[in-house]
Amino acid sequence: MLRNLSLVYKVPLRVALLIVLVSIVIAASLLFRAYEVFREDLVLSAENLGRILARTVTPAILHDDVWKAYEVVNTPFSVDSKRGSLQPELVIVLDRGGQVYVSTQPEQYPMLTDPASHDPMLSQLVAESEQQRTVFTSERIGFENLYVLTPIESDGVRIGALILVYSKHLFSDRFLDFARTALLTTLLITGLLLPMGAYWGRKSAKPLVELANCMSKVGSDVPAELDCEVYDSKDELGQLFRQFQTMVAELQEKASLEQQVIVAERLAAIGRFTAGIAHEINNPLGGLLNATSTLRKHGSGDPLTEKTVSLLERGLLQIKDTVGALLVEASSRSHPLTHQDIEDTRVLVQQEASKKAASIDWNNALEDFVPLPSTLVRQILINLLLNAIQATPQQGRIGCQVGVLDGGLHILIRNEGQQITEETMALLFEPFHSSSTRGRGLGLWVTYQIVHKLNGQIEVSSGESDTSFTVFLPLQDAA
Amino acid sequence: MGLARTCSPRRASLLLCAGILACAMLVATPARGAETSIRIGVTPVLLNYQTAFLNDWQGYLEEQFQRPVRFVRRGTYREIIDLLLQDKLDFAWICGYPFLQFRPFLRLLAVPSYQGGPFYQSYLIVPTTDAQTESIHGLKGKIFAFSDPDSNSGYLYTQYQLHQAGEDREQFFRKSFFTGAHDKVVRAVASGLADGGAVDGYIWDTLRKLEPELTSRTRIVARSNSFGFPPLVARRGVAAQDFAQMRSVLLGMSRDAGGKELLERLNIDAFDVRDEGIFDGIARMKIAVFGH
Repeated sequence: MLRNLSLVYKVPLRVALLIVLVSIVIAASLLFRAYEVFREDLVLSAENLGRILARTVTPAILHDDVWKAYEVVNTPFSVDSKRGSLQPELVIVLDRGGQVYVSTQPEQYPMLTDPASHDPMLSQLVAESEQQRTVFTSERIGFENLYVLTPIESDGVRIGALILVYSKHLFSDRFLDFARTALLTTLLITGLLLPMGAYWGRKSAKPLVELANCMSKVGSDVPAELDCEVYDSKDELGQLFRQFQTMVAELQEKASLEQQVIVAERLAAIGRFTAGIAHEINNPLGGLLNATSTLRKHGSGDPLTEKTVSLLERGLLQIKDTVGALLVEASSRSHPLTHQDIEDTRVLVQQEASKKAASIDWNNALEDFVPLPSTLVRQILINLLLNAIQATPQQGRIGCQVGVLDGGLHILIRNEGQQITEETMALLFEPFHSSSTRGRGLGLWVTYQIVHKLNGQIEVSSGESDTSFTVFLPLQDAA
Repeated sequence: MGLARTCSPRRASLLLCAGILACAMLVATPARGAETSIRIGVTPVLLNYQTAFLNDWQGYLEEQFQRPVRFVRRGTYREIIDLLLQDKLDFAWICGYPFLQFRPFLRLLAVPSYQGGPFYQSYLIVPTTDAQTESIHGLKGKIFAFSDPDSNSGYLYTQYQLHQAGEDREQFFRKSFFTGAHDKVVRAVASGLADGGAVDGYIWDTLRKLEPELTSRTRIVARSNSFGFPPLVARRGVAAQDFAQMRSVLLGMSRDAGGKELLERLNIDAFDVRDEGIFDGIARMKIAVFGH
């Protein structure tokens, strides 16, 4: 039950437990010390009083002056005892024979009686004190009272004994009084510390709880964006947070790479498939076109036949056109790319751009020959630029940068069109998929195929009013 | 006005005068003191702790006499008697029993009137917890408190009773002791220290007014017949003029407001001149017990 409790409660509870424990230990040690001090006080004061009374009562015993002795032993009681003062409960003077000579409670301990008949402890005390000549204190556990026996001596001869009896209630009352105060203080301090402890406990548990919440969001698939508060500190928790973020970022990257691989594989499969079909169609198509050509040359001159052949020829040419578009021929030899090649494409798309009153930020950084087939590069450039013009709004701006860097040609085409949706993005480079109603939807497919054939990469990033296509084509060896 | 003469500026400085005055008040110097101050001995026939009362009485007497008066207190009757016999006291308030013992050396000055006459009783008291004891015989083998060996009510009367009953006075009580004062006998009995005690009835009655809680813890078992009240006496050699003046001052106390107030505090009616015959009862007991 407690094991599964949230740290939000567990940590403050533990802190509270610690505070209570510490308070108890401190209070207990204080009480123990106070007990010792009280006890020592009591014994010391009792022994001093015993000595004084024994000395004062000596002449009275020698003169057999009972009343004088009675007055002497009553002196501790003659002053109104203040609460908490260490006053004995009973004073007894024993004669040489161990009988009561005089006591402060004559009714319980009458003169000339055996004190043991009322309190058996007394005879034991007397017997034990016979050996010693000094003050004898008996305070054994279990006894209700504290006994202090002082021998009464005259000229070195023992003539009696004076016994002080202290009720332990006197002592325990005083101690309990102190204990109550100590307890109250402890409670007060604990009461003050507990909310503070709870606050600190919660505070230190909070980032852990936050981290746990974040981690629970990362399951079999990694969400693209994790909404986690960052615990900004260099302590272990902060490190943990950073590690976690790094881990999530890596997971996200991995997931996106996997996605890219899947897309690339699918596009490759489609490429192989379409190329296969295109070849299969191309072969008979060549024959069919030859046949129609022959028929036209050597035709009967029948107008209906002429018309039909013409119809057939147009249809076959359209098929050839489509199949030709699907079949990207990388092998087609062309001269290396030059600065002028790029400029030419600008002229080609300018007309389309002016229809939309769009402006093109042109940045052609090519200087001399670049070892890449110019036809293919131009086709990529034209496709991407036409797409960009189509996507960009009226009077929009289009960016075009071409340059060589890091052993490759970089092309960056930007437009201010609407953001590409995620669904569209997934199928962007597939054939016959078009977001627009115009065209066959083969432009990007062809572009992709060309980039792929040239061992390059194409990337799309789309934000709000900012979509850019980046192409990287590694430079080919001059050979 | 002896003191005034001694302190005349021509003979001594004021400082010396103050010194002599202080000495006169502190030390009983018999030769000079007789001329200068009147010394009165008081015994525990009075409640011995009435220091405030004695101070007031001293003031009253000094005003009457126009002379310094000094009260001298001692723990026992015998000490006061000794001082009287040594001419170190002029007057003393003692018990009828020592008055008779030292009759040849003393003069009867005045006797207080208490409850209408110069008489008082001895009370036999026991603790209230003791409900059985009906007479002195019930206290055989017990612990007994006397006030003073020279007291009539606190000693002689009990001895007389035992003597009359044919008891051995030394063996009758298991233990007996003297407290030195009547009120202390009451305290000894009230606390249970003594199983019984002999006390001046006048003291017990007065204590009942002052400390009713104390007397309520004692029970009066028996009251004696009446005896002559403890008298004020003078030493034989006291000046006749002093004797007469003292007697007239004491007798006059019941006639002025200050004196009356003091008598009230003493719980007596007045001081009177009485015949020595009032002590005959004590004398008979004395002879019966001690043979002389």
